[in-house]
Amino acid sequence: MHTQTKIANRLTTLFETKKKNLLNIYFTAGFPALEDTVTILKALEKSGVDMIEIGMPFSDPLADGPTIQQSSEVALENGMSIKKLFEQLAGIREHISVPIMLMGYLNPVMQYGVAAFCRKAAEVGVDGLILPDLPFDEFNEFYSSYFEENNLSNVFLVTPETSDKRLKQIDESASGFIYAVSTNSTTGGAKDLKQAEGYFQKLKDANLKNPLMIGFNINNKENFDFACHYASGAIIGSAFVKAIKDSNNLENDVQNFVAGLR
Amino acid sequence: MQYSVNEKGYYGNFGGAYIPEMLYPNVEELQQKYLQIIYEPSFQAEFQQLLEDYVGRPTPLFYAKRLSEKYQTNIYLKREDLCHTGAHKINNTIGQILLAKRLGKTRIIAETGAGQHGVATATVCALMGYECIVYMGAVDIERQKPNVERMRMLGAEVRPAVSGSQTLKDATNEAIRDWINNPADTHYIIGSVVGPHPYPDMVARFQSVISEEIQEQLLEKTGHSNPNYVIACVGGGSNAAGAFYHYLDQLDVKLIAVEAAGKGVNSGFSAATTYLGKPGIIHGSKTLLMQTEDGQIVEPHSISAGLDYPGIGPIHAHLFDSGRGEFFSITDEEAFKAAMMLSRTEGIIPALETAHAIAVLENISFKKDDVVVINLSGRGDKDLMTYITRKEEFMSK
Repeated sequence: MHTQTKIANRLTTLFETKKKNLLNIYFTAGFPALEDTVTILKALEKSGVDMIEIGMPFSDPLADGPTIQQSSEVALENGMSIKKLFEQLAGIREHISVPIMLMGYLNPVMQYGVAAFCRKAAEVGVDGLILPDLPFDEFNEFYSSYFEENNLSNVFLVTPETSDKRLKQIDESASGFIYAVSTNSTTGGAKDLKQAEGYFQKLKDANLKNPLMIGFNINNKENFDFACHYASGAIIGSAFVKAIKDSNNLENDVQNFVAGLR
Repeated sequence: MQYSVNEKGYYGNFGGAYIPEMLYPNVEELQQKYLQIIYEPSFQAEFQQLLEDYVGRPTPLFYAKRLSEKYQTNIYLKREDLCHTGAHKINNTIGQILLAKRLGKTRIIAETGAGQHGVATATVCALMGYECIVYMGAVDIERQKPNVERMRMLGAEVRPAVSGSQTLKDATNEAIRDWINNPADTHYIIGSVVGPHPYPDMVARFQSVISEEIQEQLLEKTGHSNPNYVIACVGGGSNAAGAFYHYLDQLDVKLIAVEAAGKGVNSGFSAATTYLGKPGIIHGSKTLLMQTEDGQIVEPHSISAGLDYPGIGPIHAHLFDSGRGEFFSITDEEAFKAAMMLSRTEGIIPALETAHAIAVLENISFKKDDVVVINLSGRGDKDLMTYITRKEEFMSK
């Protein structure tokens, strides 16, 4: 499988070629219906998003607000699992060219086996992972080699409370981009982004080696534009999940949602 | 073999701090400061004073004569049921409220299952004049109404956790989410030896007053500070951690941990984590965990809401893994019968959680001169409705 590593990581390539207003959309795999995963991926690609983050549902999503909690619960009831997700993603690179990341909690990944998970993710064409409860030290000590071998970016979160020293350490260990959590909150909050202006400016001025993407509390064009002023782009999750929750026409609704942000 | 926590927050292969970055500053602050703060003389003075004058410590170590005759051995009951609020839980909440004060926090959150930890937290918040919010599963709010009313009377706000199965694990999730949203002014008082490091060690240290007293009291009563057995029930495992603490390295003392088998360990309705669990991550800690093959956390079952937890404190996962602790599981029915038996044998109505520890007496053959200490972690007032409504079901068999 060493040919895998010769493919350029699509995330890295993206950030080299496009520096501004990158839109990253999150959705929960297997929601609203189990087999919607690929339909949503295709619709997102068609609508012109720059990258896609697929949420792997977990029974106890600590960092998530009600919208993603509920989508996760439904997805699990629908029968979603990591195994199932990898089946759905097999062959996806025949249709999708934008970078894809998998986001999820550590326990299901641990049960799958971190090494096997990284191999399989790379095999189906995933470019990076976001595992918010994977401790930074543990990643460096035990897992970073699996990521490197499989050419996977590891995206770490930073928050307004992250110290300057830790920000530097995270920047050293991260690859792909730094995920800046906009305010102290779980996902899908409605805190005022303007209050984070000082923090955004600090990040912008920090000369990080990784590009910056801002997420959490971003739910409309105004917020998206505001975040993009300080970063390479922004990440929208809960607002998108809400928009497709009761959809009868995913392709249309995805198209409309993305068009509303551009 | 080391049974206490190491400098990285691990007990053998278990423990650690598996938390999202949003919680990192608060947890790191606790990691850096907890030992320094709790061993300051002024902290210890205030802590000991409150344990004595407010909680009512030391709690008695009672020689249970009729129980000893029944089981042909020497049984002592450590009377944590006589603590203020009716269980050992308050040892920890007193410690943590004093810690919160020194950290400059002004708002307290907690999770609760049966409501005992919620009541103990609401109590110390009233005592210290703190705002208190207790998360409790919507299902538990329904089945533990008297404790909900006690918390409200003490001035706490009880917020229902409506996600997932709406029980203890979901209440814990909601408390953690609250902390993520309010990192600056809030301290999270976890009620058991669970959660990210340093919580398991911190809670165990606050509860360790139990075994400290057992040692002194046993020495006085028998001439030896070490019993042959210490027995305690385990949900998350805070009363067991406290009862075992000073005996962890005393290898002549057998440590017996009793889990809830629910309707039977293989019935699909059980909370016997060491039997059914595999290593995994729950609430920021690597430990044994009841989960599906895909790593989704499984909902446990026990008649006792306080043992109804799919994980177990990492200290206990290590005691199990290393063989230092011996683990038993007791069904709903066995626990229920043990509660009835203890009530009539010694005139003590135990909590349903504690009844699991009593029931294990049936499963161990003791020698006539063995000294057995059972941690009587809580009293049964809160379970009276269960004792009344399910008597026929369990006692007619």
